[in-house]
Amino acid sequence: MTAAPIHFRNERLMLDPSGAAFWPARRVLIVADLHFEKSTAFAAQGALLPPYDTRAALERLTRLVRLYRPAKLVALGDSFHDCRGPARLAKDDRARIEAMARETQIIWVAGNHDAAPHDLPGQCVAEHREGPFVFRHEAAARLGMRDIEISGHFHPKASIDSRAKRISRPCFVTDPARLILPAFGSFTGGLDVRDPAIARLFPRGLRVFLLGQEQLYSFALEQLGRLAEVA
Amino acid sequence: MPSLPEIFTNWFAARNWQLRAHQAEMLGAAEAGQDALLIAPTGAGKTLAGFLPSLIALAQQPAEGLHTLYVSPLKALGTDIARNLQIPVAEMGLNISIETRSGDTPANRRARQKEIPPNILLTTPESLLLLLSQENSAAYFATLTCVVVDEIHALAGTKRGDQFALCISRLRALSKTRVVGLSATVAHPEAMRRFVGRDARLVRAEDGAPPEVKMVLPETEIPWSGHMGLKAAEMVLAQVEKAGLSIVFVNTRAQAELIFAEIWKHNEKNLPIAIHHGSLDIAQRRKVETAMAEGRLRAVIATSSLDLGIDWGGVDQVLQIGAPKGVSRLLQRLGRANHRLDEPSRAVLVPANRFEVLECEAAMQGVREKALDGDPPRPGGLDVLAQHILGMACAGRFLPNELYREVISAAPYADLPRRDFDDVLRFVEDGGYALAAYERYRKLFRDSEGYVYPSNARVAQQFRMNIGTIVEAPMIKIRLLGRRGGFGTGLGEVEEYFVNQLVPGDSFIFAGRLLKFIKLRETFIEVVEAPGKEPKVPAYAGARMPLTTNLAFRVRAMLHDPSCWGAFPKDVREWLRLQKHRSRLPGPDGLLVETFPRQGRWFMVVYAFEGRNAHQTLGLLLTRRMERAGFAPIGFVATDYVLATWSAYRPEKIDQLFQEDMLGDDLEEWMETSSLLRRSFRQVAVIAGLIPRQLPGAEKNRRQITVNSDLIYDVLRKHQPDHVLLRATRADAAHGLIDLSRISALLARAKGRITHMVLSRVSPLAVPVLLEIGREHVAGVAEDVLLAEAEALIEEATAENEFRHNFSHGPKGQNMLFHRS
Repeated sequence: MTAAPIHFRNERLMLDPSGAAFWPARRVLIVADLHFEKSTAFAAQGALLPPYDTRAALERLTRLVRLYRPAKLVALGDSFHDCRGPARLAKDDRARIEAMARETQIIWVAGNHDAAPHDLPGQCVAEHREGPFVFRHEAAARLGMRDIEISGHFHPKASIDSRAKRISRPCFVTDPARLILPAFGSFTGGLDVRDPAIARLFPRGLRVFLLGQEQLYSFALEQLGRLAEVA
Repeated sequence: MPSLPEIFTNWFAARNWQLRAHQAEMLGAAEAGQDALLIAPTGAGKTLAGFLPSLIALAQQPAEGLHTLYVSPLKALGTDIARNLQIPVAEMGLNISIETRSGDTPANRRARQKEIPPNILLTTPESLLLLLSQENSAAYFATLTCVVVDEIHALAGTKRGDQFALCISRLRALSKTRVVGLSATVAHPEAMRRFVGRDARLVRAEDGAPPEVKMVLPETEIPWSGHMGLKAAEMVLAQVEKAGLSIVFVNTRAQAELIFAEIWKHNEKNLPIAIHHGSLDIAQRRKVETAMAEGRLRAVIATSSLDLGIDWGGVDQVLQIGAPKGVSRLLQRLGRANHRLDEPSRAVLVPANRFEVLECEAAMQGVREKALDGDPPRPGGLDVLAQHILGMACAGRFLPNELYREVISAAPYADLPRRDFDDVLRFVEDGGYALAAYERYRKLFRDSEGYVYPSNARVAQQFRMNIGTIVEAPMIKIRLLGRRGGFGTGLGEVEEYFVNQLVPGDSFIFAGRLLKFIKLRETFIEVVEAPGKEPKVPAYAGARMPLTTNLAFRVRAMLHDPSCWGAFPKDVREWLRLQKHRSRLPGPDGLLVETFPRQGRWFMVVYAFEGRNAHQTLGLLLTRRMERAGFAPIGFVATDYVLATWSAYRPEKIDQLFQEDMLGDDLEEWMETSSLLRRSFRQVAVIAGLIPRQLPGAEKNRRQITVNSDLIYDVLRKHQPDHVLLRATRADAAHGLIDLSRISALLARAKGRITHMVLSRVSPLAVPVLLEIGREHVAGVAEDVLLAEAEALIEEATAENEFRHNFSHGPKGQNMLFHRS
């Protein structure tokens, strides 16, 4: 897996094809929208989805923690599919999170699905600031003058017309002031970056990095088609 | 021979009718209390034969309660038959109540039907399952005496048929009913007879007049490739002019739209010609059907949406544009032009290219010999069984042992192992996962005596909202806005996939109109009618039927035997003669493979004739092997007739490429990532109830309640590869989209009998498939490779922009930034 470097002013971030970002200078690993316990939330409504989603996401996350050895892990909100999610965690999965918390400090940024603080190791915060970056769940309509914002929430995906067919993949979305991460959860779908909800945040254009098996594929929005009615 | 009661004899006499032999035999079967399968051509009084015993019984002994249940695959058919049944009942003054029931039946009538059932109820398989899942179903069906199944060939062998067979088993458990199947076209009469009942009597009516089928060809050169048949539009129009009312059948909805547009370009006389296909709004379709019935139309361009259904009367001829793909399908379509037994139905075949000329000729031969095709029955789907088990639990408690015995009495499940039944039952109960996570969310629980019950009332509610075995790709409705705006008119629906490719302002063809895409709302798109350049045409997944095995064999046999070529037009004869001279002709046995260099690449053309689906799979597997053998394959393209691959190096040792173990490890490895298997899984997951189509109380937005089935597939495959739904998915893969059964037949046929022709240039027979390259979707190239290609291409074109760190404010403010180091 080859991570792609991008630069925000003097700071370098590495975008990992798994959908996480890493800030080497401060050794911060960033993931968005884990949506743990989505399966059990659906099960409570009568759709008995395979109960392996939390375990699968945690396994991928553990691999990343081993690879990057971060000092800090920032989860950008919607880490649980709902506020009762932490209570439904299987014993093994809770143990996995606790083990991870022994290796790295976990910052749980609140999301719209999991606004309430929980009892898992780490800090529950509304947002997190460090260096030039502000880490929040959902991108703000207006940014502070010097802020560079890193967020999740939208589960962005993009489609590329290749020679043979249109290919749709989860993606990072970025411009010089913002980075939106794709969802890291196992059962998380996506919203096309052409959707006005995302496109309006990037009035001057955007670049996407589509997740591939071994690397990222980068495209400018012009190749994605015209903006759909930027509001 | 059984005789008619007097009142019926008089009624027959008044109409100047005689009791036909097959009708009498059906009466005999009824008297003996036997199940029966009636095979009779259109116009032979098939429906009356099915109902006559019930009418007589009810006339002689009026009774309360449900006596006869009529089930057909089409709602419209039930409504039509009900109307027709009223005639004899009214004319003989019989006291028999007849009603229909479907999803369209108003709630108050449905409620009344539940309290007071009619003597004869006409319904669909889905509505029947709903009735059977009601708590009072045992009492409701206790008086049932006869089940009449119409167009049974359209059910048997499909998942709908599996579901229906299970319902029949339940009906037999609840009553002493017998079962009567009706059909005009049955490929495997013995299997169909067993589907109706283990000891069912097979009744055959006399054949009607043989159909008159001819082929018409363009006066210009016959096209080498393409399958839309657009060039034939003028010719088709000329045929339409000669007859009163024609149905012009095509193979896909996209083709219907294109042909319709093309025909109207030439329709200077403004003949009233309409379009009909399954994605059009139901109101639009009804309008066309009514216009047909009232004789206001000269032609309808239609897909399989008009294959089945009520007799329109007045249809003078049927045209088939493009290859018919199968003899049974062609016969079914021919029957649409037949209203009298003693008159032949007239049909015109319009092939779109040279291979289709061969196929049309083979199909005509098949029609003459009445050689019906169709796959022999396959085992019933485990996903369907899951739905059924849940439905039966909703009807009342059951004992697994008893339900298992009931299930294996249904023909498609006769060989169902107990282990599979138990796994499916466990899946329905709690998901059937190795990780016991869902104890508190169980749908079913067992009491100390071993009875199985639904856990709560919501289970039944959810079951009723998710019934049925037809799973379509996610669809988006189209709403046509008028000049004054407002709510707009529903035109029909297109796949969400197609909508995702549209940007506002794009034009596309739908319902025979040129539309402009305005906006996507939650669950529909808004469009206006407007001229536009290069309109797109919506395509629908899995719309194209592959060539049947029967027809493929006939084509191969004809190719090999020049004495058959007399029937072919000169172009085609010349083409085949040249092929024989320059290479070989494919034969009925063995396998012809050609390799030749062209423009720096090596092509390999495989004349397998096993249909597109099988060729697609074969292409994926072959290119994997070529990769390992070091031939550096670049791509492949599959048609119904052949498969062509191209590679950087010359393929050698062809025998080894085609060894039968191809279906072993290679297949396993490929299936893991195949998008076709994902599509199969989605169907299985929806039918089995893993992914609800709807959840109670969550109707507002489908997107919020659905989970992408691909993601579920990936997780399940990794963590529980032997889960019962994955087993069901693999079983589906053997047929349908992946068509493994035909590949294994091909490999067995080819073993030791491959003719490899090494040529210096392309052969005449290979030209059509080479022309398809670029036109057809190129499968087999990994998505990541395609993305890398696209990225590199754009990078190359925009290289001067690199290393720019700021925006450049272009006129549209859309210029790009690059912030890579």
